[in-house]
Amino acid sequence: MALWREFGLQLRRALPRTSAGEMCLAQSRRYVSHSATPWGTGEVANTYRRGLGLYKGVQTPSQGWKSAQRSFSVSAQAAHGHLTPPKPGEEINVTFIDKDGSEVKLQVAEGDNLLDIAQANDLEMEGACGGSCACSTCHVIIDEPDMFDKMEEPSDDENDMLDLAFGLTETSRLGCQVLMNKDLDGLVVRLPTMTRNLQASDFEQK
Amino acid sequence: MLDRAFVCAQCTARLTRRPIWSKALPFSARRLSSNAAVNRPARVAIVGSGPAGFYAAARLLSKNDDAVVDMYEKLPVPFGLARYGVAPDHPEVKNCEEKFTEVASSPRFNFVGNVDLGNELPLSTLKPHYDAILFSYGASKDKELGIPGEQSTRSVHSARAFVGWYNGLPEHRDLEPDLTSGEDAVVIGQGNVALDVARILLSDVDALRSTDIADYALEKLSKSTIKRVRVVGRRGPLQASFTIKEVRELLQLPSVSFDPIAKDVFPPESVINGLPRAQKRLMQLIAKGSANDPQTSTKSWSLDFLLSPESLHWSPIHPYHLTHAKFSRNELDPSGPFSPSSKVTPKHLSNGKPAMVNLPASVFFRSVGYKSLPLPGLEDLGIHFDSQRGVIANDGFGRIKSLSGAGEPQKLPDGSILTHLPGLYCAGWVKRGPTGVIASTMTDAFTTADTMLQDLASHGTSGSLMHAPQDSSGLGWDGVKPEAERLGLRPTSWQDWQRIDAAERERGQQKGKVRDKFGRVDEMLQVL
Repeated sequence: MALWREFGLQLRRALPRTSAGEMCLAQSRRYVSHSATPWGTGEVANTYRRGLGLYKGVQTPSQGWKSAQRSFSVSAQAAHGHLTPPKPGEEINVTFIDKDGSEVKLQVAEGDNLLDIAQANDLEMEGACGGSCACSTCHVIIDEPDMFDKMEEPSDDENDMLDLAFGLTETSRLGCQVLMNKDLDGLVVRLPTMTRNLQASDFEQK
Repeated sequence: MLDRAFVCAQCTARLTRRPIWSKALPFSARRLSSNAAVNRPARVAIVGSGPAGFYAAARLLSKNDDAVVDMYEKLPVPFGLARYGVAPDHPEVKNCEEKFTEVASSPRFNFVGNVDLGNELPLSTLKPHYDAILFSYGASKDKELGIPGEQSTRSVHSARAFVGWYNGLPEHRDLEPDLTSGEDAVVIGQGNVALDVARILLSDVDALRSTDIADYALEKLSKSTIKRVRVVGRRGPLQASFTIKEVRELLQLPSVSFDPIAKDVFPPESVINGLPRAQKRLMQLIAKGSANDPQTSTKSWSLDFLLSPESLHWSPIHPYHLTHAKFSRNELDPSGPFSPSSKVTPKHLSNGKPAMVNLPASVFFRSVGYKSLPLPGLEDLGIHFDSQRGVIANDGFGRIKSLSGAGEPQKLPDGSILTHLPGLYCAGWVKRGPTGVIASTMTDAFTTADTMLQDLASHGTSGSLMHAPQDSSGLGWDGVKPEAERLGLRPTSWQDWQRIDAAERERGQQKGKVRDKFGRVDEMLQVL
C-alpha cells in the first residue's frame, strides 16, 4: 500500500497536474470550439481526456486505503476520483458548460457521479468534503428542466447543502449526488459562476 | 528533518524550473505566469494555514507556473479551523484536509509552522523577502456580551474555548468546563457554533468515541450531568444564523427531545410559505420539531428567542454554583414582526418596567461570534485594521487598502480610485468577517488569489498593483530563516507535520479512534 502511495506521489511530482491539466484543457477546448462537427470533437476530446483519467486512476489504491482506515465515516470519499471506463456501446453522453461558457463533451459509464467525472477531466469543480454531501462546492445547474425531472429527487441532506450554494436555481444539484444512468444520456450541466458579481478579471489591465 | 522548509534559493530555483514539456504553454497560461521582467519566480507568504490560506495557495500554485508559496502557521501543525473548529462528529467536513495535503505536496510549497508571526518573529522581517504577503489568519478571539459575571472562569465559558477544548487545541487544553454542577446549560447565540456546543453536550458519548475528539474531553463529557440545553437568541427565529444541517442533526439525536417554540414568536405558515427557499425549509423543519417523545427522552433542548442576557447569578450558599441567568425580554417590531430584517426592541410591562425572565443555568456558554484581532506589527506595514468590523481594510477583492495618504492611488479599469498597499492581501475571516461555511471561505480565497494572479501577471510593468520587483529580494523563507534562527525559533516543516500526523493516527488506532491529537505543543515537538 505504502508503495502505491509513494508511487502516486512521485508521479504527481513528476507531472505537476495543474499546469499539465491547464495546457491540455486549453488545447482541447480550442479544438472543440473551432470544429464544425461537435460529435467528432467530442470523441477526440474524450480520448485525450481519458489519458488524464488514467493518471488519476493511479491514485485510487492509496485513496481506497485511506478510506478503509476511516471506517467510522458513513460516506467518506469511497471511490473519489475513480472512474470506470464505459463499456463499448454503453457510453452515456454528458456535456459540461464551464464557468467561461466553453463546452466539454464527455462519454461516461453508468454509475459515475458528476463530481468524479468533472475532477477526472480537470474541470474546475471543487469537492471540499470529498463527495460526501457535506458541503456545497460541487453545485451544478442542470440545463434542461426535463432532465432535472428525470433524476431522483434530491435527499433532505442534499437540499440542506444546496440551501447554502451560491446562485441556487430551480434545477440545481450537487454534482456528487447525481449518478449517471442511461435516462440521462445527453445531459447538459452548467458550472455556476461563483459568488461576486464582479470577477477579478474585471480589474484586468487594459 | 527540515529539508523541505529550508531549501536554499538556488535549489528552490532548480526545483521550480519549468519542465521541458511545458515549454509550449498556451497563450493564456503564459500570460498568467510571472512576468518576464522579473527574472525569478514570484515569492508569496501566506500567514495562517486554515482553509482560506490553503485554498488561496491551491489557486496560486495551479494558475501560476512558478510562484513559490511559504505558509506560516503559529502552531506546529496545519489546517486551522478545519482541524480545531470543525466538530469531531463532522469528519466529512474535514475531508478538505486531503486537498490541502495535495497542495502541500507541491515542490513549490513550504510550510513554516511553530512560528508566531508578530509576536515571536516581527512581520517586518518578512516584508523585504516577498513579492506578496497574504493574511489569512482568521479570527482568534470571540465577542463578549459585556454582562456582570461573564468574566468568571467558573461555570462560564466562551463557546470558542469550549470548541477548542474538545478539539484538542493547545490554547484551551486546560479549560475545565463545569459539566457536573447541575443539569441546565445555557448557550447564548444562535449560530452554528452554538449548535455544535449543544450537540456535543447532548450527544451520547459513545457516538463520539471513534472520532478525533480529545480524550480528556471524552472523559469529562462521559461524566456530564447536563440534561437540558437552551440555545438563546436576542432576536426571532427569522434572524437566527444557524444553518439547516446543524438543526436537523440536533432534531435527530437519539433520546433527545425538542421543546416546541411558542406560537407568538414563530412566523405563521402564511409567512413561511412566502420566504426564500433556504429560510422556508429551515422554518418548516423547526416547526416540525423532533419525533422524540419528551417522556421517554433522557435529554432535551430548546431554541429560546427574544431574550437578551443581563446578568449571571451564583448560589448564595455555594458561591461556586451558578444557578441562573437573568434575561430581559425583547419584542419584534410590531409593524412587521416576521420580516427577516425586523428590529427588536426591549419589551416593557404595563407598569413601564422592563420585562425580565430567569433561566436556570448550571453552566453558561457565550457564542455570539468570533472576532479577528490585528496581528502585532500590521501598522508597521501601513495596514489599517478596522476594529469596528474586525477585519483588515480591503477592497473586497483582497487587496489591502491603505490609510488615506499612504501608498499611490491607482485608477482601476472601472474608473474607481483605490489607494492600496502593493503586494499586501487578505482572505478568509480576517478579510470579510467570521461568517460562512468552508464553501464561502473557499470562494473568498479564490477571489483573493485570482486578484493576486492578476497583479502578479503585471508584475514589473507600469501601473501594476504589485510593488516593484526590486523592492523584494524574492528569497522568501530563505531570507527570513536566518533571523528566525537568530531568535532561537524552532520552525516545523511539512515533513515534521507528517510525522506528528502519523504519530497521532497511531495513538488513535490503539484507542479505536481515527486520531488522538497531541494536546500540547511540547508533545507535538517531542515526536520530532
